[in-house]
Amino acid sequence: MNKPLRRVAIFCGLLVLALLVRVNWVQFVQADELKNDKHNRRVAIERYSIPRGNIIVGDKAVTGSTTTDSGDFKYKRTYKDGPMWAPVTGYASQAFDANQLEKLYDPILTGTDDKLFFSRTVDMFTGEKQQGGDVVTTLDAKAQKAAYDGLKGKKGAVAAINPETGAILALASAPSYDPSSFAGMSDDDAKAYNGLLKKNNADDPMLNRALRQTYPPGSTFKVVTAAAALENGLYTDIDAKTDSPLPWTLPDTRIPLPNEGNIPCENASLREALRWSCNTVFGKISADLGNKKMIEEADKFGFNKEHFTPVRAEASVYPEDNRPQNAMAGIGQASNRATPLQMAMVASAVANGGTLMKPYMVDKLVAPNLNVIQQEQPEKLSEPLKPENAQKLQDMMETVVKTGTGTNAQIPGVTVGGKTGTAQHGENNKDNPYAWFISYAKTDKGTPVAVAVVIEGSDTLRGDIAGGKLAAPIAKAVMEAVVNGNK
Amino acid sequence: MSSTSNTTTIGTIGAPSRRNTELALLVFAVIIPVFAYINVGLAKEDTVPAGVLGYALGLGLLAGVAHLVVRKWAPYADPLMLPIATLLNGLGLVFIWRLDQEPQITTPQLGGAMAPGQLMWSTLGVALFLGVLIFLKDHRVLQRYTYISMVVALVLLILPVFFPARFGARIWITIPGVGSLQPGEFAKIIIAIFFAGYLMVKRDALALASRRFMGLYLPRGRDLGPILVIWALSLMILVFETDLGTSLLFFGLFVIMLYVATERTSWIVFGLLLSGAGAVAVATFESHVQTRVHNWLNPLELLNGGVTETAQAMYSFGSGGILGSGLGQGYSRLIGGIAPKSDYILATVGEELGLAGVMAILLLYGLLIERGIRTALAARDPFGKLLAVGLAGAFALQVFVVAGGVTGLIPLTGMTMPFLAQGGSSVIANWALVAILLRISDTARRPAPAPAPSTDAEMTQVVRP
Repeated sequence: MNKPLRRVAIFCGLLVLALLVRVNWVQFVQADELKNDKHNRRVAIERYSIPRGNIIVGDKAVTGSTTTDSGDFKYKRTYKDGPMWAPVTGYASQAFDANQLEKLYDPILTGTDDKLFFSRTVDMFTGEKQQGGDVVTTLDAKAQKAAYDGLKGKKGAVAAINPETGAILALASAPSYDPSSFAGMSDDDAKAYNGLLKKNNADDPMLNRALRQTYPPGSTFKVVTAAAALENGLYTDIDAKTDSPLPWTLPDTRIPLPNEGNIPCENASLREALRWSCNTVFGKISADLGNKKMIEEADKFGFNKEHFTPVRAEASVYPEDNRPQNAMAGIGQASNRATPLQMAMVASAVANGGTLMKPYMVDKLVAPNLNVIQQEQPEKLSEPLKPENAQKLQDMMETVVKTGTGTNAQIPGVTVGGKTGTAQHGENNKDNPYAWFISYAKTDKGTPVAVAVVIEGSDTLRGDIAGGKLAAPIAKAVMEAVVNGNK
Repeated sequence: MSSTSNTTTIGTIGAPSRRNTELALLVFAVIIPVFAYINVGLAKEDTVPAGVLGYALGLGLLAGVAHLVVRKWAPYADPLMLPIATLLNGLGLVFIWRLDQEPQITTPQLGGAMAPGQLMWSTLGVALFLGVLIFLKDHRVLQRYTYISMVVALVLLILPVFFPARFGARIWITIPGVGSLQPGEFAKIIIAIFFAGYLMVKRDALALASRRFMGLYLPRGRDLGPILVIWALSLMILVFETDLGTSLLFFGLFVIMLYVATERTSWIVFGLLLSGAGAVAVATFESHVQTRVHNWLNPLELLNGGVTETAQAMYSFGSGGILGSGLGQGYSRLIGGIAPKSDYILATVGEELGLAGVMAILLLYGLLIERGIRTALAARDPFGKLLAVGLAGAFALQVFVVAGGVTGLIPLTGMTMPFLAQGGSSVIANWALVAILLRISDTARRPAPAPAPSTDAEMTQVVRP
């Protein structure tokens, strides 16, 4: 019986061998994949096993960590002024993952990033526990507060940029939410989280309106249309009469394009047209230039692509369209859609002499030992305007604030340029219009801020006065905060 | 001239008994789990656990007594099996104690701490081990109980049908006041005894009375009977007790023993065909089996938005990597329930000791299995050979089925990792199994008794005329 016995021995050996091969496959070949699988709770356990690094504004952290005694996680994320900073920080929740900066810089904040290798190695020898690094943002706490306070009780968003560098100074969205409310994993956290989800909350508080929501930009887009007219040489003198009949009919149709109210738009100069926000003048410019040139100019301002600040901003859209639709898009209607960040970029490009800087909100990453491990440098994105044309456009925008629809944004001792907008939306304009205001402020030291404000108007106000009335004061407050802070 | 009859100056010299080797190995088998125990304590509480002295003494005492009994009653037994069993049992106790430290899976609903109970069962297991070695003087005695074994095994296998299913399988019987037993664990030994007895008698008929057809020896119809009966039985276990593991073990064991007894490859072919057909037939209508196969093919799939046990076990292995997280520092409790202490205990090994640890454990099992088969090779009587290969084969199949299931090599079946996993029936039955193997190996390696001095052996005197 020994021959079959030997074969059985070999068979048993093969069984054990098969097991050995299998565990090698699982624990060596597949190990990394399994270890980092998003459903592997160990990932979250590690994330909250040490106090996370912080997200810092100015010199102060807007986040924190507190110990918990519940379940798997040792530490829980806390937020100071959570609702105000939520559009910047995003959230980090034990039960519901993380998003925005909390998610993008998770390896730095948890201290597992390769960039922290050196500091980790030192910790290993000194016996220190692993520590998280910090993310220092470019935001301006006062500007952010002004923006957030201005939006109180309203629905809308504010984006403010430093035109000279592209650094984002304010990013507010209302209604907002407090990321602290669901940072843990208790039933209360789950309840809070579910209450914030869009399907359970018509206000959609977790939507980052400053980056992720696109609105029809309305009359504020006339700044881009004017830029296109100047850049393409359609008009060169902003005070010369334009070829603008009144009434003016949309091309290929019999529909006249109306102005808001009885305003002097017939053959108005560019300056006057922007001052009064003449639909006929800018609609015709858009039609005269054609869809292709309009798209070209809009693209130079940053339309039609996503921006990574590093948090992703939705792409704004200047669409390919037929002639009448293109004329409507030229005044910020039809399928023209823009994010608040995008419109702030438009204002900042004009204010910065025609050069558009890449918007960014993270200044530097700092290791636990305070070594800077990455420093962001301002970067040019494009040049939508020649400097002389930028100068002309600034002139026009400053007229709007001085004597036009944007007088609510005047700041004593500071040069302010702006443009109001009221975007109609909904079928047959039955929904409340969006009130817009984009602007920049100049001092003798430079141009420290450009801002875009959008209010999903609860008012039934029509006309450009809505942008001037609802949105301009908020923009003013934000600009003042920045200008005064710089003194 | 054999060494035993060498009577010059030193007296009788026996074959080396290797008892001292066993003792030396046992020292390691006790020290390693004790260090592991201290390691867990340091990792969890930063102090040497208070129970370490008791644990060391307890394990040392069990090993020491077992060793002394082997020395006295089975002096020529294989020196490796007792240390391996002790080491595995000791490590199993440490793992269970380590998982007891996790409050989430040690709630009163889940039975609370299980290490003390397991220590008691281990002691009972060792007691049974001692009992077998002391009272079973010769394994051939078991041959007398061939048909009684059959009846007992059938009863044990059928009994759980009358008890409610627990954890999805009907493999338990509940005795009030005593607790739950898994009769399948004992059945595997008793069935091996029955098969060995039965096949020893029938092997010639099974092997020789057959027609040759296409290179295979086709058995006669009446010889095919028993294999068909056993096949049907194993399928019934699968259907009525939803116990894939026992059914596989039971049938695989029979095919191995049949093959060894008859030396006919055709039996293996029949066995594989039958089990294949059975598996396919059952899988078509048994949702339990279908679920297992589905989970096996899609290990990381979410179920109702949650991570399945299968996926949790895979994450444990993956997170352990090559060297593991260190004892006491893993998260295999995420598997949930009491599964990490029983069926999935290998996942804890994988996470905390890493690939290196799992391979070491698997090699220990491999070594134990091969020592069992070596015993079969060395045994001098066919009954002993069949019984040894049956026990070793059953052990091998069980290890393969559990470890393969937990690591995702084959569909998961609910069975316990011998010695490591929590479970009283399992640890007692496996100690008995090792005891019988030791008894057979003692008989096999025992030097033949010195022949009585015979006058014939003396120099023939030549009578000269």
